[in-house]
Order: sequence, then C-alpha cells, then structure tokens
Amino acid sequence: MSDEIIRVSHLGKTFGKNVVLRDINFTVSRGDVTSIIGSSGSGKSTLLRCINLLETPTSGEILYHGEPINSRKVNASEYRTHVGMVFQSFNLFNNMSVLDNCVIGQTKVLKKKKEDAVANAMKYLEKVGMAPYINAKPNQLSGGQKQRVAIARALAMEPEVLLFDEPTSALDPEMVGEVLEVMRSLARDGMTMMVVTHEMAFARDVSNHVVFMSEGVICEEGTPDEIFECPKNARTKEFLARFTQSRGLALSS
Amino acid sequence: MTSSLPTDFLGRIIYLITNYTSSFLRGAATTIAIALVGTAVGCLIGFIVGIIQTIPVSANDSKLKKILLGFVNVILKIYVEVFRGTPMIVQAMFIYYGALMYLDINMGMWFAAFFIVSINTGAYMAETVRGGIISVDWGQTEGAMAIGMTHFQTMLYVVFPQTLRNIIPQIGNNLIINIKDSSVLSVIGTVELFYAAKQTAGAYYWYFESMTIAMAIYLVMTLLTSFLLRKWEKKLDGSAVFDLATTDTLAHTSGMLHGPERKQRGI
Repeated sequence: MSDEIIRVSHLGKTFGKNVVLRDINFTVSRGDVTSIIGSSGSGKSTLLRCINLLETPTSGEILYHGEPINSRKVNASEYRTHVGMVFQSFNLFNNMSVLDNCVIGQTKVLKKKKEDAVANAMKYLEKVGMAPYINAKPNQLSGGQKQRVAIARALAMEPEVLLFDEPTSALDPEMVGEVLEVMRSLARDGMTMMVVTHEMAFARDVSNHVVFMSEGVICEEGTPDEIFECPKNARTKEFLARFTQSRGLALSS
Repeated sequence: MTSSLPTDFLGRIIYLITNYTSSFLRGAATTIAIALVGTAVGCLIGFIVGIIQTIPVSANDSKLKKILLGFVNVILKIYVEVFRGTPMIVQAMFIYYGALMYLDINMGMWFAAFFIVSINTGAYMAETVRGGIISVDWGQTEGAMAIGMTHFQTMLYVVFPQTLRNIIPQIGNNLIINIKDSSVLSVIGTVELFYAAKQTAGAYYWYFESMTIAMAIYLVMTLLTSFLLRKWEKKLDGSAVFDLATTDTLAHTSGMLHGPERKQRGI
C-alpha cells in the first residue's frame, strides 16, 4: 500500500444544518484517475474542496501518506503544494501575464530560482500548447486557453495529485475538447488525478475509477465498466439513463 | 497711493496677481503639499487598516489570535466611524487646541495640517481598501491558496495589486477632495491657498476678485490632478495587444494578437 496517496475516511461536511457530505470513504493511489460523477448538488465539488482544504471537513479524516491533514497542526499551505487544483472558473491571477501565473507559485512558495521557475513553467505551458501566449493577460484569452494555462500553473508546482473541479463546465462546447485533450495526455503520462466532471465520455474512457455520488454519499464506485455497463445501484442507473437520453452525443464520442 | 488703485474687476485682478504673486503661489504650494502628503499617508493608514480588517479568522485559529484581532478590529472601527462621521474643520480645531491646552504640545502649522488630513483621509481610505479587497473575486484567493500561498502572500501578490488598480479612482478622488478641503485648515492658522487669498482680499476688501483668483488656481490644480491620474491608470492597464512569443513565422503572419478591446464605461 505504499502507493496510496490520499485516504478519505468517514468524511462529513455540514454547512449549518445542511448536510452536504456523509461518511465518505475512498482512497487514491499513485497513477489513479478517479472521476467523480453525479447530479448537481450531490456534494462532488465540496468533496474535492475538502481534499484541498478549501473547505474544512466537519467530521472524519483525510490522510495524506498516512498523515491526517485536517487537523490544526498541519500547515495547509504546504500541503496544498502537493495537491494541485484546477477550478471551474479558472481563477488565473488577473494581474499577471500567463508566464507569471505559472512562475509566481514556484518562486514565492517553493522558493525556486527565477530562471529555473521560468524554464519549468515553459515546459508545462508547452505541454498544454500555451507557450506562444506567455505575454498575454488572462482577460485576453478564451476560456479554453485560460483553463489550459490554469492546468499548466497547477502542474508547474509539480504536485502529486491534481484535482479538477468541473474543469470544462464553464466552457463553450467547442473549447471543451482542447481541455479534455490536455487532461487525457496527463492521464497517459501517469498523473494522479481526481476529476469532478459531467463529461461522461471522459469518465468512461480516461479514468480507471469512477465514483457516483448522490445526496452527499457515495452510492456506487468501481471501474468505468462496472459503473457504465452494469450499474447496480438504482440511483446510478437512473442518473446514467437520464444522461444518455439528454446527452447521447457525450457518451458516443 | 489709493488713487492709483484700479476700480474695475479686471484691473483689480491684474493688480492682485502682479503684486501678490508669491503670496498666491506659496499658498497654492502649501495646499498641494498638504494634499499630497495627507493623501499618501492617509492611503498608507487606509491600506493597513483595510488589510487588518479583512484578515480571515477560521475555526482552527488559536483563541489568542481571535481575541487580539477582535480587539484591534473594534479600535479600528471606532477610528473609522469617528473620523468619517465628524467634519474635518471641527477635527482640526479639536485636535490642535486639545494638544495645545491639555497635552502642552504645539503641533505647528505643518505637522498639524499633515496629521489632520492624513487621519481623516485614512478613515475614508480604510473603507475604500476594505471594499476594494472584498470586491476582488474570491476565486483569485482560492487560486492562490490552491498553489500553496499563505494569506499574506495571496494578499501581497494577487489581491492587493488588483485592489490597488480598482481603487485608484478613489485615491484620485481623495486627492482632489484634499486639495479643496485643506482650506478648512485656515481655522488653525495654516497658510494655504484659501488663507492666503483671504489675507490678500482683506487688505483691500476685494473679496470677489481675490476669490476669483483662488477659484481659478484651485480649478487648475484639480483638473491637472485628474488628468495625471487618468494617465497613470492608462499606464497601469498596459497594452491591449500582446506579442505572440513564437519563432514559427508561419503560425501567425502578423506576429501580434489583439485581445478583446478594453471596455470603459462612461467615456
């Protein structure tokens, strides 16, 4: 079990009286690509945000290499350098160029030398195909371009795990493809990823583990084949049926 | 002597300008100095107060930090409310004579002027900065936190530069207000432009003429200030185009890409 990176056990999250997550358990091992699917409001994003400590869990534990991270003693900032996050709304720094977006974390947080940080940033910007745009400001880019830069920014920190919170949900349909392509290539390279997504084709074809959530609990999890071909849980069946009806194209792509 | 004094409006204006040039100029220079220093120090106070007021407190923080921060915030809130809620002219006399009579401190014209304008501006700027920080999209903070930045680093490199850009119009507004409102310091004997104009007027009872000159000088100063501030804003926004950094000449023949036109309201 040395390959285990993150273990979530009995995780719960409430906002006031509103129970968002209940008794969540799963593990993420090196090289895993985990897709979390489910309808809106099922707690997928909250779960991902808990793992990055952007939300504080109200109960249970998150273990990172066996160490509990949701306790007072843990330095959340240090932990977050190992667990990157890509947001639905990109969250690129609007006051910085594309290059600076990918450099600032390396120089200020990881204390790398500027030249090394720039070289590293360029490596990842090339990987996502955004190297020609290093001088642009975020508001001069399209949504798909912004998201690719955001992925490069997260990669430049060289995290062990990369969390994606609905990375294509804010994009125009024709831009979804370019971002998914980058994510596919990351998966091929062996990056450990957790992806909250509504892209069923991506979940089915790219991930090796699929988690279906409903009303704050994990209803069913397994390999893509298990979830998509022969779902056991009634709610999973219902969800997937609705999805194939309304977005038939997404699954057949 | 008196018989040679002009009796028409234009003649009196010319007479005052030629004979009291240095008086008006020194008054104007004093006004500008008070406004600049007061605004600069006031901004500094505002930044500090605004930043302290937006320090987040999470459930995980120690009790000491919570209590200390709560106490400091109450003090800052009182400061902001008192100085925003009372007229500067009253503050000026209150502080100047209070210090003189009960603390035995004679602040002197310059120090009193800088002090009063600074803390007054600081109270306004504190709210402006707080609003500016809050108005920066929370996603920016989350993006910074997600790459491991601390609250301080997030503020310094991400939120604050954007706050500053957003509140420049308000800083300019304060500078212009201070150019005009420093005139109330005449009540504690600060010889700024209004005081100088009043003195000059008093010598001949030419109030209208003298104030016409003062009006013109104030207007020139404020117009010039807003012009320079606009230029500064434009410069900070940078170019609307960016160079495409590629050696592949076939990729984009023009070599330049145009970003979306920067939209400006009300221009």
